[in-house]
Amino acid sequence: MSLTEKHAPTKGHDDASHGHDHDLAHHFDNVEQQHDAGNLGMWMFLTTEVLFFGGLFAAYTIYRYKFEKVFEQASNILDPLLGGVNTIVLIFSSVTMAFAVRSAQQGKSKAIVAWLAATIVFGSMFLGIKYFEWKHDATLHVFPTSDFNWTWAREKHAEHEHHESHEPEMRGLVFNSPKVPQSYIDKDSKNPEAKQARLFFFLYFMMTSLHAAHMVIGFGIMAVIMIYAWNGFYSANYYVPVESVGLYWHFVDLVWIFLYPLLYLLGAHLSAGH
Amino acid sequence: MSTMLDVKTGSGAVGASVGHDSKVNYLNHVNTAASWFLTLDHKRIALLYLVVTSFMFVLGGAYAGVIRAELITPKGDFVSSDFYNKSFTAHGVIMVFFVLIPAIPSVIGNFCLPLMLGAKDVAFPRINLISWYVYMAGASFTLFALISGGVDSGWTFYTPLSTTYLNSNVMATATGLFILGFASILTGLNFIVTIHRMRSPGLTWFRLPLFVWAIYATSVIQLLGTPVIAITLALVGVERALGVGIFDPRLGGDPILYQHLFWFYSHPAVYIMILPALGVTNELISTFSRKPVFGYTMIAGSSIAIAVFSFIVWAHHMFTSGLSPYAAMFFSLLTFSVAIPSGIKVFSWLATLFQGSISFDSPMLFAYSFIGLFTIGGMTGLFLSTLGTDIHMHDTYFVVAHFHYVMVGGTIVGYLGALHFWWPKMFGRMYAEFPAKISAILVFVGFNLTFFPQFLLGYMGMPRRYHEYPAEFQVLNLFSTAGALVLGVGYIMPIFYLTWAAFFGKKASSNPWGATTLDWTHTESPPSPHNFESTPVVTADPYDYRVIQKEGALVAH
Repeated sequence: MSLTEKHAPTKGHDDASHGHDHDLAHHFDNVEQQHDAGNLGMWMFLTTEVLFFGGLFAAYTIYRYKFEKVFEQASNILDPLLGGVNTIVLIFSSVTMAFAVRSAQQGKSKAIVAWLAATIVFGSMFLGIKYFEWKHDATLHVFPTSDFNWTWAREKHAEHEHHESHEPEMRGLVFNSPKVPQSYIDKDSKNPEAKQARLFFFLYFMMTSLHAAHMVIGFGIMAVIMIYAWNGFYSANYYVPVESVGLYWHFVDLVWIFLYPLLYLLGAHLSAGH
Repeated sequence: MSTMLDVKTGSGAVGASVGHDSKVNYLNHVNTAASWFLTLDHKRIALLYLVVTSFMFVLGGAYAGVIRAELITPKGDFVSSDFYNKSFTAHGVIMVFFVLIPAIPSVIGNFCLPLMLGAKDVAFPRINLISWYVYMAGASFTLFALISGGVDSGWTFYTPLSTTYLNSNVMATATGLFILGFASILTGLNFIVTIHRMRSPGLTWFRLPLFVWAIYATSVIQLLGTPVIAITLALVGVERALGVGIFDPRLGGDPILYQHLFWFYSHPAVYIMILPALGVTNELISTFSRKPVFGYTMIAGSSIAIAVFSFIVWAHHMFTSGLSPYAAMFFSLLTFSVAIPSGIKVFSWLATLFQGSISFDSPMLFAYSFIGLFTIGGMTGLFLSTLGTDIHMHDTYFVVAHFHYVMVGGTIVGYLGALHFWWPKMFGRMYAEFPAKISAILVFVGFNLTFFPQFLLGYMGMPRRYHEYPAEFQVLNLFSTAGALVLGVGYIMPIFYLTWAAFFGKKASSNPWGATTLDWTHTESPPSPHNFESTPVVTADPYDYRVIQKEGALVAH
């Protein structure tokens, strides 16, 4: 959400002087007040986001405490390398975003567009890697639906680790994986840990998909801002929306910085402790 | 700034009603459908909210009528037990989420806040309008859920009942409330930024009217609490759809976690409802006793203290549902401490009244009601925060009576007081004082008749949410239902005389009550589209009655 409270640009662009009045919504006294208000509004919004994710972090904390051993095993199924690469990709996207805001402060409209485009590229890389991770997860049957199978996931994961084999079912773009044999389902139904592992993967998918959804929303906002920037809507006097989307994007990155160790590195951390 | 107005001169305080008709105001300056439904004017958005919250109030009240009618007799003979469950759920959901939470902030707050701050509008007028549409979207979902079969989980949606066992429209209702939450967040966000950044020159924090402090504290809670209920309802939805077991003990999950997450929002939500009403009461008590509020700083601080405490007492809803005894003691102690800031407010109001020039206009009658009912509601809260007595009273009508004293006796009475107080400002017309006084008295009498017997019923052990009850409880239940009728009349009357007054009432001056805040001293009734002719400059404390007279009052000396 961009906290844009400025009137849409006038179509007839005959006024060459780009007067200050164009940059100021009627209910503000001056540009500083408008800028401060937009900024504070975005920080307030991010506060709500912290609490929004906070509910999930609370749930994670409780179940990680209750089911430490299974959470360790489940976390080890995830690939810390891919997660790590994604972390770096996201940090790069934050850097390009910072440059976009810097360009806005200097009133360089075309540079805003370029840096935001770079941010979207890095963001898309992240989602691309995430997509292949989830696709792999599908072959392991760890989606927390009735199809979830812990016995299968551990066995296949171990095979994958030892033989370095690439699953033949990873062809194409759709998530497809063969049905789990009945013997695995029976095994799972007798194993209480299967349910606990399922909770881990539920939290994993809920948190990462909520995070991904925030990124996609960010793309949308950036696209709109790029159109406005391309048309010279922002100036060194008025760039609150660019700054706001910057704050938003840094927040989204920061969520990942917490998710990565909690989900991907937890297993390594707990295993090292034993 | 060429004309610097000074609060102390109180310009426009008396006799500014001449030439009123010809003036352009926010109501008459343009009147197309688009000018209302796409308005960015905080005053018009307030009226949009007024219409929908009033509609929801009548609807929620109708469900209350079903409950009270059913409880006339001990046997469940008026409606089926299934419909009874759906009725009290609908009553709770509608009243809590669609009336009590938004009523004062979104109607009175939206209207008054920029006026009190000397601002032309809230900080984000467009987000303000969006919040109304988000409210409407949430309301549509929820009403759809209620029409297409209803939901019978109670307004608390406790798991695993709501996630595993119910076939009713939990999903649609939860979706509606999820959406609605964003309306609340957007309003809170807007108000916080407005209060921080839109104050007039000279309007320092400690010159703000106390209503503004209350709205500020409310907004903080809305901002911090609402996202948690949003994610919690999302989890309920996912749990229902996928059955992952996050709240289901059979699958390793924990239903108590749901209760923690739910009450982490829903207890602070109680203060979202009551804090604005506390704020309104400050304005009423001060204006109608012609004295500055006693202990201004303490009252302002107590609003913030209540906001802070509200987040650390949630588990007192869970004393009987699997809380460690040590945690229970801790939460009990913290809950007791909420009584301190609440007490500060009540005692300060009494001290304000002391030796004041008190008048008994209808808004003041509501303020008196408020003090009494809020005090009873608050005191009985202490019974429930005491661990031992709570075990006895938990889930009985004692709890029902307690929170209705706070929610209805507090919030709704405060809201009615606010409506009567600001109605002349909103519409530029006075309502008839006599029916307003009758309504205030009927609400007070009817309310007590309805809910006081429920304290006794609860103490004797009548559980809440049951459709039948033992015959020995019938007399008190009859009192309660009779009271509900009186209360209903008290509520319906203002709909008529206030609506009539909005169109045909006697013209109001800009400051009929002789109040001292900027909304009264520096704007017309009704205000012009941009509120102020020029930005007011404030040079004095908010409640200085030395220079401003009440209309019709004899001027001394």
